[in-house]
Formats: sequence, C-alpha cells, structure tokens
Amino acid sequence: MSVAFSETGRAEFERLLTRYPDRKAAILPALHLAQKEFGYVSDEAIVYLAGLVGASPAEIEGVASFYTMYDRKPVGKYHVQICRNISCSLLGAEHLIEHVSRKLGVRPGETTPDGKFTLEKVECLGSCGTAPVMQVNDEYHENLTVESIDRILDKLP
Amino acid sequence: METVLTTHFADDGYRRIDTYRRFGGYDALRKALSMPPEGIIDEVKKANLRGRGGAGFPAGVKWGFLPKDLSRPRVLVVNADEGEPGTFKDRLIMDRGPHLLVEGIAIAAFALRVHLSYVYVRGEFVREARILDDAVAEAYAAGFLGKNILGSGFDLDVTVHRGAGAYICGEETSLINSLEGKRGWPRLKPPFPAAVGAFGLPTIVNNVETLADVPWIITHGGEKFAAMGVEKNGGTRLIGVSGAVNRPGVYELPAGTNLKEIIYTHAGGIKDGKALKAVIPGGSSTPVLRPDEIDVSYDIESMAKIGTMAGSGGVIVIPEGTCMVRALSVLMNFYAHESCGQCTPCREGTGWLKRIVGRIEEGKGRQGDVELVLDVCDNMMGRTICPLADAAVMPAQSFIWKFREEFDRHIGEQKCPYGNRF
Repeated sequence: MSVAFSETGRAEFERLLTRYPDRKAAILPALHLAQKEFGYVSDEAIVYLAGLVGASPAEIEGVASFYTMYDRKPVGKYHVQICRNISCSLLGAEHLIEHVSRKLGVRPGETTPDGKFTLEKVECLGSCGTAPVMQVNDEYHENLTVESIDRILDKLP
Repeated sequence: METVLTTHFADDGYRRIDTYRRFGGYDALRKALSMPPEGIIDEVKKANLRGRGGAGFPAGVKWGFLPKDLSRPRVLVVNADEGEPGTFKDRLIMDRGPHLLVEGIAIAAFALRVHLSYVYVRGEFVREARILDDAVAEAYAAGFLGKNILGSGFDLDVTVHRGAGAYICGEETSLINSLEGKRGWPRLKPPFPAAVGAFGLPTIVNNVETLADVPWIITHGGEKFAAMGVEKNGGTRLIGVSGAVNRPGVYELPAGTNLKEIIYTHAGGIKDGKALKAVIPGGSSTPVLRPDEIDVSYDIESMAKIGTMAGSGGVIVIPEGTCMVRALSVLMNFYAHESCGQCTPCREGTGWLKRIVGRIEEGKGRQGDVELVLDVCDNMMGRTICPLADAAVMPAQSFIWKFREEFDRHIGEQKCPYGNRF
C-alpha cells in the first residue's frame, strides 16, 4: 500500500527543502515528518521518501536504521522510554523500569496487547539533573518516583 | 557573583524577544555589526573562551582555521546534540535563554563572514527545538536574522535541525554527515571541517554554551570575561551536577571553581548524609576520581594534571554503597550501544567491554578478566577515527585502576557483593 504526506505534511516538506543547499539534507526531518504522519517509518514510507528526496530506498533505509528515534515497526499509542544511564540508575531507574514492566505486563521492547503502551529502556536523555527521567512520545517527565510514574501513566487516555 | 548566562533564567518571559531586549538583548549584535570582523575574533581570543562541548579548544583559535579565501560560502553549525551522560546544560540555555544562543550565532556569523547557519539539536529535545524555532522566528521578525540585518548589509539564515537519536552525532564530523542527511559516521581528518565541512563548505562547529557566551564578551569585553575565570580558562561555566547530591542541577560558576565546593556547597553535599565514593567529573567519558582527589580547581589544565577532564561540565556524584562494577557496566552498555560500527577496534572493543564487565558484575567473571579488559582498552585507545573508543576506555581503565579490589572481589566470590542492584 503506498503512502503520501497530507497536504500540510507536503507543505512542511517543501518548506524544509528551501532551508538546505542539498535536497538530501531534508532526509532526517522528512523521516521525522513521516513518522508523525504515518505513525512509524514503514517500508512504504521509505520508498515514498526516496522518491521525494531523489535517493534510493536503500539510502533512506540506511539512514533510518542508524538512528534510534525512527520506529521501523509500529509502536504503541504511548512510547514510554525510561532512561537507564548512570545518573538515572544511581537514583533508582532500574527499579522504575521493573515497576513499569510489571505494571504494564510487558518487557522493555514490547508493546501491550491493546496497543496502548510500548516500553523501552533508553540511553541518556540529557536531563540528568532531574533524574530519573522518562520520555513519553515527545514529552519529558522528570524527578520520577513510583508514585508519579503511576499517576502519569494512569492519566493517559 | 556575576553571571554571564543564567542572570535572567528565573524569568519565564526571558525566552521571548521582548523581555530579552528589555535586559539589553541584541545590543551586543548591534555593537558587533559596527566592529571589524577581526576585532570580534580578537575579543573572543582575549576572553580565553574555551569550547564548552568537551574538548575545550580555544574558540577564537578555532575560528581562525577558516580559510582566508572568501570565494566559497562558509557554514556555522551549532552543536546542540547534548548527549554525553551527565551533561544537561545546553538544554537549560535553549529552554531558558534561547536568544542568547541566537544572538551569539549572529555575532559569530558576522565575525566569520558566514551567511548560513544550522543548529543541530538532539532529536529527543522536541520541546527545546520548538522554543529555539520560536526564538529564531522572533529574531527574523525583528530584523536580527535574515537579509540586511539592522541595515548593515549582512545577511544570515539560521535553521534549527533535529537529530534522531545517536550519541555519536555530538562528534563534529559525524554531526556534519548527519546534517547532510547521512548516517552519522565520523569522517577521517584531514580535511578538517574548517576546510571541508557541511555540504563541502568551510565549516565551524561550536557548542551552544560557547556561542551563548559571545554576546556578553562583546558587550563587556574579552578581558573582563577572561578575568572571571582562571588562567587560560575564561568566564564562567555551566556545571551540571547529577547523581546522589541534595541539590542536583546546573550551576553557573567561574571557571576554576573548586570541585569539592561545587559538590558540597553548591549542590548541597551527598544525598541522605552518605559518604562520597567517587566522582565522574566531566561527563561519563572522563576518568573517575576518588574522594581524596576532588579538592581541585575545576578548569581544563588543573583537571588534566590529575589525569582527568572537565569535559562537558557534567559532574556525576556516586555515593558509598554503590557497586562500581555495576556503574561501569551501565556505562559500557552505553558505549557499545552508541558505537557507530565504522572502526573495528571500537565496534568490537565496546562490545567486548560490555560483555566482560557484564559477566564480572553477574558473578561469572573469570580469572584474568580484569587484565583482559585492560588489554582490550589498549587495543582501542587512539586507534579509531573519532574519540568514541577513547571515551569508553577512559572510564573502563580508571574504574579498574581506582577500584580494582571491587572487580577482584566480584570474580573471587563469583557474585556481586552489592546484590546486583544500585
């Protein structure tokens, strides 16, 4: 099944092209845009972007697979990413990850059967002064405790 | 104490251009546009402004590497790919004072005769990229960016560009490849970016904090900035203190503030009244210090003298009761995950370090494993295109050199004496 940007997505892509001396520099932002519009970076999205920027699908795939933020598989409605690096670990991140894993009934890397949550352990999110930290979709949640993490996740519609 | 960057950060309005201007914002740009470009570079040299991204290279000297020949356009790239574990200061600037950065970019670009600039923000910082985007749009609307800035005839375009999750892109040539839409693989040098950088053009890559310091330097003069710090380290530094302290956060302090004072006075000492076990002083890559080593001036040369680095200003505080093997294992997982895979010593070496340190922590360490780690380190250090391998080796070696007995005990007892937990 082929995919295409919405009208606003297309306009945003065209705007991107005006900002760089080389069309291919739009690949990273266009992949972000594709993920936003299509939910994840599907094989069809790769082929579509290749056509738009004038690269081969292999080239786009090579880029998409290099970076951790591009989801090549569908993820849950809420992508719960908990930092496991040193500053967060020192303040209990391992315990939080175990807690959320039990709470959601999935292991890191898995999605709940209802498709609502994907849990992931991630590397440093650059928010060490307010550790432990997690990112849910685009949003950071800082100074986490078991109680606050429960509150945050329970509130998500 | 006088501050350069954070003076108005408590004011939520400061991220908007009106408030920023009320506090004198963009006056430095106006002044800079009346100066000869060389004069601006001289001021930055006089300021002893050292790159704040980690390497500490003198900013004015770096600027001098651009070719004299003006026939090819040049590019100024801002490294806002803040990803060194323990480092979270550039995020604060983007969040609380985005116009400091925008103004710094405009002044630096004028000095370097650059008309094209990109701010490469780490992909996870969606919110900060949006704040910066707004600041850039405000600056365009007010005539501080775009065509004929303040009637000077100087043109500058600035674009905020988001990465997509890759620590390696903090390395400047990797960042350039990523900006061009490629995998973030570091490039062989030479040619250096100043000769052949982004889009094949002469390019300067500067850290966020480095550029955000520039407006103050232009307003108050390089000498005054230099005088705030210590010899060869001008100005203040944003120091991020994280881990087991009572008041974690970013502190703006004169370069050369005592590290012990940073931890015990500014960050409020060790959490829960515990004793200190270790300090990783400048981001996760920098060699670890024991408590008896932290009575030291936090400047580039003094830290180098004791075998470590002030790096990116990220002080990670480790309390007593922490398993150092587990702490190292966390870091080795990170470097193995983030190695780009281009150079064999790093791709294979980081994997081996992760596996060997991991098995020691799990109580499955073999006799000779500690020597094996050190041997792998020897085969990585200095043998790769970029410093990611070195960044993994420095903690591995220093943890072993300074906390050797813990590694031996794990292997001897075939278990983690701390129960495999933090």
